[in-house]
Amino acid sequence: MVRDSLVVAGKDLRVEWRSRILTNQVAPFTLLVVVLFGFALDADTATLRDTAAGLYWVAVLLVAVLAVQRSAAVETADDAHQRMLLSGLEPAAIFLGKAAALFVQLLALEVLLGAAVIVLFDVSVGNVALLLCTAVVATAAIAAAGTIYGVLAVGLGVRETLLPILLLPVLAPVLISATRAFGDAFGRVDADGWAWLGLLGSFAIVYIVFGLLAYGVLLEES
Amino acid sequence: MTATAATAPAVGNDPAGTGSRGTRVLGAFIAAGIPTLLLFAFALSPEDDSMRDAVRLLYIHVPVAILTYVAFGLTAVASAGYLWKRTRWWDTLAHASAEIGVVFCGLTLVTGSIWGRPTWNTWWEWGDVRLVTTLVLFLVFVGYLAFRRVPADPEVRARRAAVLGIIGAINIPIVNRSVEWWENSTLHQRSSLTDGNLEDLTLFTWFLGTVVLGAAFLWLLVHRFRLAWLEDEVERQGLASALDERRAEARSGVEQAVGGPVEGALDPRGDPR
Repeated sequence: MVRDSLVVAGKDLRVEWRSRILTNQVAPFTLLVVVLFGFALDADTATLRDTAAGLYWVAVLLVAVLAVQRSAAVETADDAHQRMLLSGLEPAAIFLGKAAALFVQLLALEVLLGAAVIVLFDVSVGNVALLLCTAVVATAAIAAAGTIYGVLAVGLGVRETLLPILLLPVLAPVLISATRAFGDAFGRVDADGWAWLGLLGSFAIVYIVFGLLAYGVLLEES
Repeated sequence: MTATAATAPAVGNDPAGTGSRGTRVLGAFIAAGIPTLLLFAFALSPEDDSMRDAVRLLYIHVPVAILTYVAFGLTAVASAGYLWKRTRWWDTLAHASAEIGVVFCGLTLVTGSIWGRPTWNTWWEWGDVRLVTTLVLFLVFVGYLAFRRVPADPEVRARRAAVLGIIGAINIPIVNRSVEWWENSTLHQRSSLTDGNLEDLTLFTWFLGTVVLGAAFLWLLVHRFRLAWLEDEVERQGLASALDERRAEARSGVEQAVGGPVEGALDPRGDPR
């Protein structure tokens, strides 16, 4: 199953690499969001520094919606998802593979976004280990939930408008937990970042297990 | 249309409506129960020592909040039932329950907000766990209903909606926990029921509210279920009846052209050229 999921992940990443949509469209968008936050919060570095953790994760969620749409669009185009079913791969392996590809893409975008936030909002990172662990676990949670919600609209032709309303409320706990943990890592809020990381971890595990179990039902064609 | 109406399977004894003897009895009970509840809530029950008259809103707010969770729980159970049995009954139940759940959830938020203004001196309190959890829950199930309205093959939609319904319910404890830690504080009332210092009449009014609104929930659920069922029938028969109509038109056109009935010239199952 691991090998199968690597095949699927490799396929998705190759499609992304060749289409360059991530680098040419989504990556500039992440920077744009950071700049917009700067404008909205009145060029006040103190405010930006205090709210950097929250702004960062809001930006990640916006970017995640785009990435999930891309990931689902790859399957919708030319009815590729039907061929994926015909390939005889386990649905659980397809889920893991697509989630892993999404995870890698999101992590790459987060590095870019993180650099932008640190430079433009003048943030200093106090606890690097907490920062990295939070980013990894939160991204795994977003990738797992995003993969489940992304496939819901495959083949229905309403993806663009449906996905945000379905996905974003569900990711509310991720936003809260990751923001708190980052706030702790930035030394901005008095919170136990590692406890928040635990909550993020349980969210990620719930969604990964749920995806492994339910993905087959979602892929089924009548 | 008459041809298809005649062949439509009757739902209950009255295929044109969603009422039945059971719902009419229940409806009569609710029609009598709501004025009684209002009488008790506004006139007969005493005002609270700390909340004053605002406590009267809780006779609606608390039952509605409980029923919201019942409705979403029922959606999750029915969704699981659908994935298990794969019958339209479970799917329709999940849909009907979610729709009423969203209405009740909206009522919970609105009544809570109105209650919060005189009691907490604010319409909305971000630090309160149950408020924020309920709001997120509301948005999750609004999304669920949006998905249910997507035009798609009914079975594909039912299957995916079932997954969505289950996920929505799984999310409740996680959202609750995250918000709880988030502000680490709650303005919300501890459950007044377990304090044991409620006056008898207050307790009775609250109980009455739960029974009457519970009946209203059931009444709405049954009607909504039957309506969804009939809608589904229409959707299924839409194509068949459209074909029949076109065939009937073609036949009458041919009959006019030849000036009399045409026997066997246009078989209804044949190519309607």
